Amino acid sequence: MPPVLELRNITKRFPGVLANDRINLTLNQGEIHALLGENGAGKTTLMNILYGLYQPDEGEIFINGQQVQVHSPTDAINAGVGMVHQHFMLIPVFTVTENVMLGDESVKVAGVLDRQAAAERIREISSAYGLAVNPDDYVRDLPVGGQQRVEIIKLLYREADILILDEPTAVLTPQEADDLFKIMHSLTERGKSIIFITHKLREVLDIADRITVIRRGKMVGSTTPKQANQSKLAAMMVGREVDLSVHKKAAKPGEAVLAVQNLQVADDRGQVAVDGVSFTVQAGEVLGVAGVQGNGQTELVESITGLRPAQGGSVRLLGEEITHADPRRITELGSAHIPEDRQRDGLVLNFPVADNLVLNTYYQEPFSKGAVLQQEAILETARQRVTNFDIRTPSAETRAGSLSGGNQQKVIVARELSRPVKLVVASQPTRGLDVGSIEYIHGRLIESRDQGVAVLLVSSELDEIMQLSDRIAVMYRGKIVDVLPAKGASKEKIGLLMAGVLDKAKGGKTRKDA
Amino acid sequence: MSNQAATLQSAAEYGTPTRRRVMGLVFLALAGAIWFLFANTTQAGVATTFTLNPGGSQANFPNLVFDTLPLLHALAFACALIGAFQLVRGFGKRTNAVLGLVAALFIFAFLSWVASGASLNLAGLLRATLIRAVPITLGALSGILCERAGVVNIAIEGMMLTGAMVAAIFGSLYGLWVGLLAGVLAGGLLAAVHAVLSIKYKTDQIVSGTVINIFSIGITSFISAKFLARYRFLNNPGIFPDIQIPGLVDIPFIGPIVFSHNIFFFGLIIFLTLLHFGLFFTRWGLRHRAVGEHPKAADTLGINVFKTRYTAVILGGMMAGFGGAYFTLGSVGRFDEVMTAGRGFIGLAAMIFGNWNPFGAFGAGLLFGFADMLAARLAILGVRVPSEFLLMAPYIATMIVLAGVVGRGQMPAADGQPYEKEGH
Repeated sequence: MPPVLELRNITKRFPGVLANDRINLTLNQGEIHALLGENGAGKTTLMNILYGLYQPDEGEIFINGQQVQVHSPTDAINAGVGMVHQHFMLIPVFTVTENVMLGDESVKVAGVLDRQAAAERIREISSAYGLAVNPDDYVRDLPVGGQQRVEIIKLLYREADILILDEPTAVLTPQEADDLFKIMHSLTERGKSIIFITHKLREVLDIADRITVIRRGKMVGSTTPKQANQSKLAAMMVGREVDLSVHKKAAKPGEAVLAVQNLQVADDRGQVAVDGVSFTVQAGEVLGVAGVQGNGQTELVESITGLRPAQGGSVRLLGEEITHADPRRITELGSAHIPEDRQRDGLVLNFPVADNLVLNTYYQEPFSKGAVLQQEAILETARQRVTNFDIRTPSAETRAGSLSGGNQQKVIVARELSRPVKLVVASQPTRGLDVGSIEYIHGRLIESRDQGVAVLLVSSELDEIMQLSDRIAVMYRGKIVDVLPAKGASKEKIGLLMAGVLDKAKGGKTRKDA
Repeated sequence: MSNQAATLQSAAEYGTPTRRRVMGLVFLALAGAIWFLFANTTQAGVATTFTLNPGGSQANFPNLVFDTLPLLHALAFACALIGAFQLVRGFGKRTNAVLGLVAALFIFAFLSWVASGASLNLAGLLRATLIRAVPITLGALSGILCERAGVVNIAIEGMMLTGAMVAAIFGSLYGLWVGLLAGVLAGGLLAAVHAVLSIKYKTDQIVSGTVINIFSIGITSFISAKFLARYRFLNNPGIFPDIQIPGLVDIPFIGPIVFSHNIFFFGLIIFLTLLHFGLFFTRWGLRHRAVGEHPKAADTLGINVFKTRYTAVILGGMMAGFGGAYFTLGSVGRFDEVMTAGRGFIGLAAMIFGNWNPFGAFGAGLLFGFADMLAARLAILGVRVPSEFLLMAPYIATMIVLAGVVGRGQMPAADGQPYEKEGH
């Protein structure tokens, strides 16, 4: 039997870049084939070619042994290929039914929509594959995991046999990712074939049947999880040996830098998001805040950095009361902030890298004299920082929005850490980044800690928390349910605390909340 | 489960205590205004007379006569009661409906005060309101067609103006129906220019629209001054006669107000219904809205974004052309320079006020039409309020709406953003 999909010698050039260089790929029926590579390696380009969004400059595509021409997504859909894009292609103000049926609508006479019939089919697909959704819900009300299920249903509704999942776990919590893996198995059991694009090594080893690694547009090789391990895959991806473990000396905690007392913060809807939280972070230690996303971490960080008003309680930085201080004052007191959403809160994407590097100090000497910006000084400093922090950019004048995610994050880190800071608040600092950038940013955070800076690290990646933290605080429903030393803390125990299971995790001790 | 989602949604939109209190205070303020501004300046024993037959109507329906002061007190009391309830408990999901009710009570109080000791033709006022709402709502429908597909069209004013002139010329030469068709096509033609500029060349849509507006004013004024003034036979199309819907027109009070109009009013009602049904219940509408919300998503599902947008903008232009023809063929019977007088822009305000929904826009069109009509009438009645203030009132209301007091409007997410295909 021929493979369900075969790509032969696919080549795609963009101005100045060879995005795909003679790539070959085969996919067998019922297989999960992982496409592994760093951001910008050309995985998404390759899949966009298969889905008809891009036209290849050279190469052929075979489906079930037949050569096909894919000029548009419609051709791909007709050939049985479906794709879940990294950024979901869903319309928030439409219902699940409307999103799924769009482009392939069930109609009664004269183009009048038959929502009932479509919803019925969605329910059938939903129960057949274990994809829990309610067809009448609005997509904007669904959690990210639910939106992803809608995307998968969209493909199944069009009877796709080859499913492309582009970085599907990038936006998911660990639990949602586990659910997705179950769904992927139930899909392959029913004869569907999956191409799974990712840069996360552990996931690949867990779920893939075969692994193909791409680096800088070229195929590096294929392997299976049995033959591979994390460091071998990382070396293939990056092109050199990568050290995945974080080496750090024992912490030497000093005085308390950040002291949070009984802090209460409301979310955008006015509901309690942070519910009486108290903790301290000392100089020279990393306090990791673990928790499933949406348990108040975002609001906690925004409140500490002055971006969201506190409803009650107090925050002190080196003894100074900053509960109601504005962000500039907090910054000037020596607090650095690496925000959760780097594109929205961390950078002005349309500004050049140089301007982004001085967003927190532009009004001070030597970047300003009176009201006039000193472009020379700004550019000079920018060039130094670009070198010091290994920011890969054509120049300091390049638009920040045109850099890769990893380099954007390095711009933020360079800006925040190039000052004598006392506290670093890092929120999801490595989300969506490639291995090389993660390694770099982890190194910088540990370096700061060793220099006596207090680091507050918020992350929903449990691995990251366990590797970097000296103490771990677990947040659940707006409360810190426990703080424990990282040494000797087990993943299982923290996982249970994150899920709000307190009794077992604490060994039978009773607690009122939860 | 869907109910649960809806409740969450409404909790988010209506539930904040601040908003509840603000609304309550607004209701109380209106009650206070009725009491202090109207009732306090009205003498006891004076009566208000409302005539319930529009002028020229055959039907004979008795006049509505009542004592002004007790009514004003009752209305103020009702508004205060509603306001107090809103402050203490809140109407929740029905807050906006209640706001509409309070506004209606306030307007009724205002009219009663204006007509105290005199008589006011209520039926005539309502009928004039409907007529004045026609061009505004047609402009709004034009905007909805374009913006629901993601193209901002501020050139509706210019398309209306050009449509009005072209309709007048062709109507004079070849008869009313040809004139109407020509006006519609003229609007469509200008819209095609806007479409090419903003979809193909990705020009800034505000700039493109502004250019078309200025061009329209220039060309119509030029032709009007150069030719229409000299050759009078080019500018004498006449107007469409009123149509009486048999049977329905005999309904007392309502019949003459609603069922005796020319084709522009009935055309509006038909387009309104068609557009609402089309947008929300057909395949065409689903795709149309998808393109305005998230064109890339639509593209990945095989929907032709460009074709959809071209169709939308050109249909919108034809709607504006129809609205323009109303001025010459439905109202005045000749073309005058700059005769649309900003109705196209007010139509855009009605579109926003109506939350990009056809019937919402009609409601807003009625409100604006009412103010428009009132300003004209009250100046004649010699009322103590300067008519300019009345003209301002609905726009102040619009600003309050835009500021989010009545609940956030939902603009199409990709409105005004040109779509670019990648990878070619």
